[in-house]
Amino acid sequence: MADAELPEKKRRRIEDLTEKMAVDGGYDWDGRWNHVRKFLERPGPFAHPDFEPCTESLQFLLEMCKILVIGAGGLGCELLKNLALSGFRLIHVVDMDTIDISNLNRQFLFRPKDVGRPKAEVAADFINNRIPGCKVVPHYKKIQDFDESFYRQFHIIVCGLDSIIARRWMNGMLISLLSYEDGVLDPSSIIPLIDGGTEGFKGNSRVILPGMTACIDCTLELYPPQINFPMCTIASMPRLPEHCIEYARILLWPKEKPFGETSLDGDNPEHIQWVFKKSIERAAEFHITGVTYRLTQGVVKRIIPAVASTNAVIAAACSLEVFKIASSAYIPLNNYLVFNDVDGLYTYTFEAERKENCSACSQVPQNLQFPPSAKLQEVLEYLMENASLQMKSPAITTTLEGKNKTLYLQSVKSIEERTKPNLCKTLTELGLSDGQELAVADVTTPQTVLFKLNFTT
Amino acid sequence: MLFMVTYMPTLCCRLWGDHGQDTLENAHVCLINATATGTEILKNLVLPGIGAFTIVDGHTVTGEDNRAQAATELLQELNSHVSGNFVEESPEKLLDNNPDFFHRFTIVIAVQLPESTSLRLGSVLWSASIPFLVCKTYGLIGYMRLVVQEHTVIESHPDSALEDLRLDKPFAEFKNHLQSFDLESMNKKDHSHTPWIIIIAKYLEKWLSEHNYKPPQNYKEKEAFRQLIRDGIRKNENGVPEDEENFEEAIKNVNTALNQTKIPSAVEELFNSEQCNNINSESSSFWVMLRAVKDFVHSEGNRDLPVRGTIPDMIADSQKFINLQNVYRTKAMQDAAAVSTHVQRLLQSLGKPPDVIPDNDIKLFCKNASFLRVVRCRSLAEEYGVDSVNKDEITSCMDNPDSEMVFYLILRGVERFYQQHSRYPGVYNYQVEDDISKLKLCVNSVMQEYNLNVNIKDDYVHEFCRFGASEPHTVAAFIGGSAAQEAIKIISHQFVPFNNTFIYNAMLQTSATLQL
Repeated sequence: MADAELPEKKRRRIEDLTEKMAVDGGYDWDGRWNHVRKFLERPGPFAHPDFEPCTESLQFLLEMCKILVIGAGGLGCELLKNLALSGFRLIHVVDMDTIDISNLNRQFLFRPKDVGRPKAEVAADFINNRIPGCKVVPHYKKIQDFDESFYRQFHIIVCGLDSIIARRWMNGMLISLLSYEDGVLDPSSIIPLIDGGTEGFKGNSRVILPGMTACIDCTLELYPPQINFPMCTIASMPRLPEHCIEYARILLWPKEKPFGETSLDGDNPEHIQWVFKKSIERAAEFHITGVTYRLTQGVVKRIIPAVASTNAVIAAACSLEVFKIASSAYIPLNNYLVFNDVDGLYTYTFEAERKENCSACSQVPQNLQFPPSAKLQEVLEYLMENASLQMKSPAITTTLEGKNKTLYLQSVKSIEERTKPNLCKTLTELGLSDGQELAVADVTTPQTVLFKLNFTT
Repeated sequence: MLFMVTYMPTLCCRLWGDHGQDTLENAHVCLINATATGTEILKNLVLPGIGAFTIVDGHTVTGEDNRAQAATELLQELNSHVSGNFVEESPEKLLDNNPDFFHRFTIVIAVQLPESTSLRLGSVLWSASIPFLVCKTYGLIGYMRLVVQEHTVIESHPDSALEDLRLDKPFAEFKNHLQSFDLESMNKKDHSHTPWIIIIAKYLEKWLSEHNYKPPQNYKEKEAFRQLIRDGIRKNENGVPEDEENFEEAIKNVNTALNQTKIPSAVEELFNSEQCNNINSESSSFWVMLRAVKDFVHSEGNRDLPVRGTIPDMIADSQKFINLQNVYRTKAMQDAAAVSTHVQRLLQSLGKPPDVIPDNDIKLFCKNASFLRVVRCRSLAEEYGVDSVNKDEITSCMDNPDSEMVFYLILRGVERFYQQHSRYPGVYNYQVEDDISKLKLCVNSVMQEYNLNVNIKDDYVHEFCRFGASEPHTVAAFIGGSAAQEAIKIISHQFVPFNNTFIYNAMLQTSATLQL
């Protein structure tokens, strides 16, 4: 059989197999949702107190419950599959990436022919074609491209992200949707957020009820800041193969511009090959062994080793929580699950506590304690380095003499140049007084965070 | 594009390395029953690149297609390099007519098997020394049972391992290297780029000479030792201490650096085991190498394991770091060579050629000597036998009636129910109510047979009837991921598998590992 025929024959065979499962005129053949019905139509001693067994629950799941999945990568593919097979049909998925060949060993909704296409679109197509009745809507976008009106339409949001910044942004967005009447939280404004994360053989799954339970920022210390190698090590005293690779990536590439003005693309094998070669040379200079092509690619792309099984476990736990919350068939996870299968299988379940003065969800104005002689630079560093804040490039504004004044902003070149001298000025020199309110914007949150300046002696 | 096509086959996981990937690609997995759980397990094995799988399943899907065939075709799509096969037979038939069929597999994974079949198959695989993984998704409970007689692990990759620096027993080459450093007379740059290992070693020498050759013993002495090091930080013209990060690192590492070098008790136990003391022609490479290391420990090793040869990264200039790293590396190579000589001696005494155990294997073994693990699971026959049941484990867990052990006990009751009624409890709505008392009777009869006096809450029995023997996809997916990773551990001999029963309670998202 010629190779060209094989894919076509396979495709038709699979379509055959899938079609055979459908009944004339409908998606829901006899017995299709039996395994789900048992939990929706039968009472039980461990169901949520609000649970009422009825046949309408299945209809709610199938026809009305709207779920948003963030990320269509390792966790996202698993989440979409689990949700679709559990009866959810109105699913949206957001992912800003396209498919890379290195994704194929765990992101199973993608095939070699899909490389280069947007993950969200390929994932949606796959699910919609294979699971009759399912209507996944893809969005090849960043989460920041949407505003409250988009997010408000969902009953539950589940995240399979690989970035803490994105998690915090999503967290902040859902907190901004909360409405309070006379200081009391309106429960109908709460959109539950289920968050899953994995790294190698470790993973976690958590349930967040914004405004009610611990949010992402409440437990920011659980995500220690990622350490980059110090510049002096890379520039003049490398010891590890990783130092040599960073030298080629950070210092040599911009200097030698091997491919003209193009920036280093971790997915371009020619680029990696160049970095690899230069890293070997650097390593040889210092008698360092251990530079390999794979290590080079891993360092350049900041690849965290990922394995299908951990994603499967964490996505399973997350999808089950979506089901529990949507159906009330059980009391949801309260509220954090940690998983590690390096040595046997280990899980630890605990209730993460809200932080009283959480900068994201506590509505308590944040305090900044500084002497009036402190320079703005110190405030900036505090915002970035403090373990509970971990801001990336904060923009600080305040109101002086009734007018809005930008003290420092990094993301727009002209404003950065104009406000840079402020960093060396003291707080009093900038006209700030005790009790002054500073508004800080940052990529880690969709809303500005208000800080109150407290002068110390 | 051509580059990408040729690169793809080597896209293996950095977590278990090329040699780990090779074991996967040479493995042939048998999956019995392509249910949701079964196909999830296989998916998680096919994706990372298992060489071959065979599905054994006598059930049919709607229409004419056998479930095994349908699953095989869908799974093969995931990875074109995997060879997928199916056998449209029930495992019971195969056990009747051709039990040797199972001998070709690296591991057999069975899903949703009735108790009698599990026991029969368990016995066949135990005699053939083939690892057996039994899995079940029952409502919101997940179950896994690993059955393997003896599983050796050289590369266990522990999460947190102590470094092997030998600062309490510095070897000759290290002492020699230490002499080339004179902290007092060094220039500023060298002083602040001397590795903390050297700093601690130097100050330890000083301390020992002043304290009757006794190292810092308690908190007070360790504090004094830290202060001794802190006093060594250079000061500028105004008497203010300079910023010497390497000294700060030394101070931070005093506690662990002063740890006594000793053989972990787990390794001592292995040294004392039957397999180590009784090396014969049947002994696997693992035991021959272990014996060689034991012999090394009692001769050249001076009662210590071979030096590991790695040091953590630390503030230092490249040359000092590389030189220090090489001192450890060279010593490790020497020790490995000595172990190798012992290996050769043992092989010779067994009439075996020296290349049966390659040098690289010996080096890897020595590097991981502190982390060696052997997992031995009890057989299913032992678990189920009236005289060999692990009563202690069951009763002590059930001191807490909400322990995950209760789910294991009810699953046993469920199997008893199936034997008596030829069906599972609560499958249809009208059965749920009546089946609760029937299931309770079954659970109690199992407890009585084993003479177990435990309290099984009615609520749990009720819930199991509510489950109606369903296989919800979310729970199937959880077990799918867990089981696949355990299978990969068995196949690759890397990382440590569980021993021997894993229960997942999806209602509370908790789990437990029981030794039954």
